Amino acid sequence: MTTKLFGAPITRREDPRLVSGNGKYLDDLGAGALAAAFVRSPYAHARIVDIDVSGALDVEGVVAIYTHEDLDGAVADRLPLLIPHPALTAPMVAYPLAPTHVKHVGEPVVMVVAADRYVAEDACGRIRVDYEQLPPVVGVEAARAATHLVHEEAPGNVAAHLVQEVGDARAAVAAAPHRLELDLFIDRSASMPMEGKGVLAQWNADDQMMRIYSSTQTATGVRASVAAKLGLPLAKVECIAPDIGGGFGAKIMHPWAEEVLVPWAARRLNRDVKWVEDRREHFISSTHERSQVQHVEVGFDDDGRVLGLDVTFWHDNGAYTPYGIIVPIITSTQLLGPYKPGAYRVEFFSLYTTTVIVTPYRGAGRPQGVYAMERTMDAIADYLGKDRADVRSANFILPEEMPYDHGLLFQDGRPYKYDSGDFPGSLAKLKALVGWDEWADYRAAAEAEGRRVGLGIGCYVEGTGVGPYEGGHVQVETSGRVNVATGLTTQGQGHQTAFAQIVADELGVPIDDVYVTTGDTRKMAYAVGTFASRAAVVSGNAVALAARAVRAKALRLAANALEVDEADLEIVDGIVRVVGSPESAIPLGTLSVLSNPLRYAFDEAAKAATQFAGAADFSKPPVADDEEPGLEGRDFFSPTQSTFANGMHAAIVETDPVTAEITILRYCVIHDCGNLINPMIVEGQVHGGVGQGVGGALYERMVYDDAGQLLNASFMDFLMPYASEVPHVETDHLMTPSPLNPLGVKGAGEAGCIPVTAVIASAIEDAEGFPIRSMPISPVELWELRRRHAAGELPSLRRHTAATS
Amino acid sequence: MKPSPFEYHAPRSIDAAVAVLAEVGHDGKVLAGGQSLIPILNMRLASPAHLVDINRVSGLDTVEVTAEHVRIGALVRHAQLEHHDGAYAAQPLLRQALLNVAHPVIRNRGTTVGSIAHADPSGEMPSVLVLTAGVVEATSVRGTREIPAAEFFLGPLESCLAEDEVATAVRFGRFSPGTGTAFQEIARRHGDYALAGMAAVVTVRDGVITEAGASFVSLTATPDILDLSAALAGATPEDADYAAAAALVRDHVDPDADIHASAEYRRMLAGAIAERLLPVAARRGIRQRSEQEATA
Repeated sequence: MTTKLFGAPITRREDPRLVSGNGKYLDDLGAGALAAAFVRSPYAHARIVDIDVSGALDVEGVVAIYTHEDLDGAVADRLPLLIPHPALTAPMVAYPLAPTHVKHVGEPVVMVVAADRYVAEDACGRIRVDYEQLPPVVGVEAARAATHLVHEEAPGNVAAHLVQEVGDARAAVAAAPHRLELDLFIDRSASMPMEGKGVLAQWNADDQMMRIYSSTQTATGVRASVAAKLGLPLAKVECIAPDIGGGFGAKIMHPWAEEVLVPWAARRLNRDVKWVEDRREHFISSTHERSQVQHVEVGFDDDGRVLGLDVTFWHDNGAYTPYGIIVPIITSTQLLGPYKPGAYRVEFFSLYTTTVIVTPYRGAGRPQGVYAMERTMDAIADYLGKDRADVRSANFILPEEMPYDHGLLFQDGRPYKYDSGDFPGSLAKLKALVGWDEWADYRAAAEAEGRRVGLGIGCYVEGTGVGPYEGGHVQVETSGRVNVATGLTTQGQGHQTAFAQIVADELGVPIDDVYVTTGDTRKMAYAVGTFASRAAVVSGNAVALAARAVRAKALRLAANALEVDEADLEIVDGIVRVVGSPESAIPLGTLSVLSNPLRYAFDEAAKAATQFAGAADFSKPPVADDEEPGLEGRDFFSPTQSTFANGMHAAIVETDPVTAEITILRYCVIHDCGNLINPMIVEGQVHGGVGQGVGGALYERMVYDDAGQLLNASFMDFLMPYASEVPHVETDHLMTPSPLNPLGVKGAGEAGCIPVTAVIASAIEDAEGFPIRSMPISPVELWELRRRHAAGELPSLRRHTAATS
Repeated sequence: MKPSPFEYHAPRSIDAAVAVLAEVGHDGKVLAGGQSLIPILNMRLASPAHLVDINRVSGLDTVEVTAEHVRIGALVRHAQLEHHDGAYAAQPLLRQALLNVAHPVIRNRGTTVGSIAHADPSGEMPSVLVLTAGVVEATSVRGTREIPAAEFFLGPLESCLAEDEVATAVRFGRFSPGTGTAFQEIARRHGDYALAGMAAVVTVRDGVITEAGASFVSLTATPDILDLSAALAGATPEDADYAAAAALVRDHVDPDADIHASAEYRRMLAGAIAERLLPVAARRGIRQRSEQEATA
């Protein structure tokens, strides 16, 4: 092998196409398709009294108007409960179009199909829906109070209740030398992909075939669920995920109502139908995350070692639970991060509210868990007057304790067992990077200038590469072109580059010859999807295994053709040659020709494969009994469990003593995701994640009023950070390979955003000298906290009191 | 997020434009840069039956600097005015404020006259127009009239422009020698609508402050001038009691609360900005006078 591509920071091959306007996103497809638009509930909770569509019927260009009553077959049923769980005792899932009740602002009620989106929206504006308003339930506290119910079927508004315990945590807390209690809150936010959801359905009446293009994170999931809903054979449905302008978890939820309704209407109308989500729709009828109320009780010794940890949290799951309780399960387990408490008990209630549903958003419950744990670590350090990093160190799982089994069940129902990691090593690197031990001098210099600064820290472990499996298919054409297919989708992760690096290395071909296809059920029908930082781990290993199969076949064919031993062969730049005598060689393209004996000569390459092309052994069939035609291979990778990446972040913030404006001066990241396929892509993922985390910590939140109206459902008022708000991110890597897969890789997609809220809270607390217990935080909120602190309503940190007394 | 149907008019002259407006009256809306109007249309918060696009009208895209004022036509983009050195020399407040108008991409398309006609109390340029004692030139089939800035703004998003009128130009006044200006706003994100903003002007003669005033962004229902001379006049820029001026500012402003900040917080910000900004304007006043004298 010449240059090793695995591990090389090569630039992303897809970017020239994407950044020069040549991407093909969902809305770039389907010119001439009819457009769908929806009448959505303006109320958080209401009974539908009457729907009058008569005013819209005569709008020129309207093709069809559908309400729940028009739906047939399984489309008239509720959408599927994707991930059932024994603890999810009162699961509720919406209908594609609400039949009798609406449970959040934005729930679809009427579907209009028209010549274009303008006309469809005109018609929507003329449809009258009479509602009888019912009491809204907004926020965790209202859900807990259960004065009003979201669903009659869910007493106390409880969708799920789960307890996991290792040891007797409550007894351990009670017996510990020191005890603390923390009440914490983290607010709602959501991902904002540049391109919202969207679906284009093309019904081919001649073939009785449905083709769906969806801006989805799972083409196979959409295909299977739409086939089931429409009563079509799976063989008659195909789904393609085109270029996708960001997913962040919102598009792993499926099938969205629109993903079912648009194909249903396309078949019914025998016309192409397209729906593209607009930004307001994304805000009010897509998905949110993050809102939790948390109560932590912790008992610890003089060194800050956690002897018992007892956590209860109340998770706002919105109006329905189509994605089960994945988010709170992840919070409840990943909360533990790199630490090993003596005993651990976690209990959560997943609660209904009359707001947008909650499903995984990049981080998927981890930012909340890390926030609870890291706030606790800081509180312990402050209570004991110890260095915050030292307290963390005292609780670390050590490298020699790996693999480390927490004794809990993870989101995949499998043991929560860390495979590898070097937490003391990561912390040492972080402290060096941020200048932890020189902090007192840094602060003193700033204070001398009248500036107020704080240093924050946060550690996390991220379960990545969750199963059940992904597949890879690698095929060498007679030209030498290498086609790689894997079924999961791509929404910006650089799969055209990273997967090609893997295959080019495994097969010994130039990367320019490698073409990667993702998210197309025509190319790979078996797949799960792109979420949970799993693509590199699961598909990366699958394409590696498939490439190894192709390599084995190529060597077999070449050994036969060159009449040498396979062990004497190598593949360099797409040519199989004898080690030490490179003149004895045969290109992979030629082997592809030989692998597929032909009757018809349609080009020069084909001529070489026809029956009269050359000498043949007439005692054997043209294709050997144990071979298949073609130089190709397919394999699947199915991991036994998740692989656990980890990271540690530190930030220095400055808070304005007068205006309480918050500025991040430095942001440092140590990241360990095992072997790096492409360090540049990993860094990009980390940078983007930190940016998203900064949004969640300081800017973004969903502002619902008491009536359940989302007050900031536009980019004017939802403050996604600009480049001007995202700090320069300083990164360093540690590589502890995963023992769980051939490539030794772990996932990196979500890493950057996970600890940011915890880190920023830690830094602001350090700057201000009083506890931060609610995030995100805005300048006005910090200013209010200062006033409460000055009025004696908020205690000072102990170290702050000691420093100023 | 698609607008309701409307009839699109693209007149080539101002006469043709006002003729359309005279005909359609309340149903007409003027489109220049569209940075506020187009989102409003797309969100169907407004559904005018007629859109009068004045972008093809000639003669509206010039910046003129005279001894008395800086006059800009209705099609002068924020960026064009921001980068106009003559305008900056004549009235530095223009560039100082324009740098706070959203982002460069928006300034490339949005027009200064359009943002004034929009009369948003969160807009920067209405407050600059008022503080410079500017004038709006308005044209209709009934003729042309000049409206002093102090009379132009009636309330949030409400000006005294009639339905059939187009604001064809505005004139920003110039200050006397020895006058320094400064502009600052505090926003949640760079380029956002200000939580609080202020344009300050301080005149210094013989080393002593003679006059001072300010106008505000997102702090008053309509832009108005607060005379700060009582607090600052008679003192040198070094010794002036800026805290007293800041107290006057806090008393004067009347901000609303919204999801981004409480009224109380904005009032505090107004004082904080005043205390930081007024000394800057005063120092610039001294420097401006010495530069004038050097070139005289």
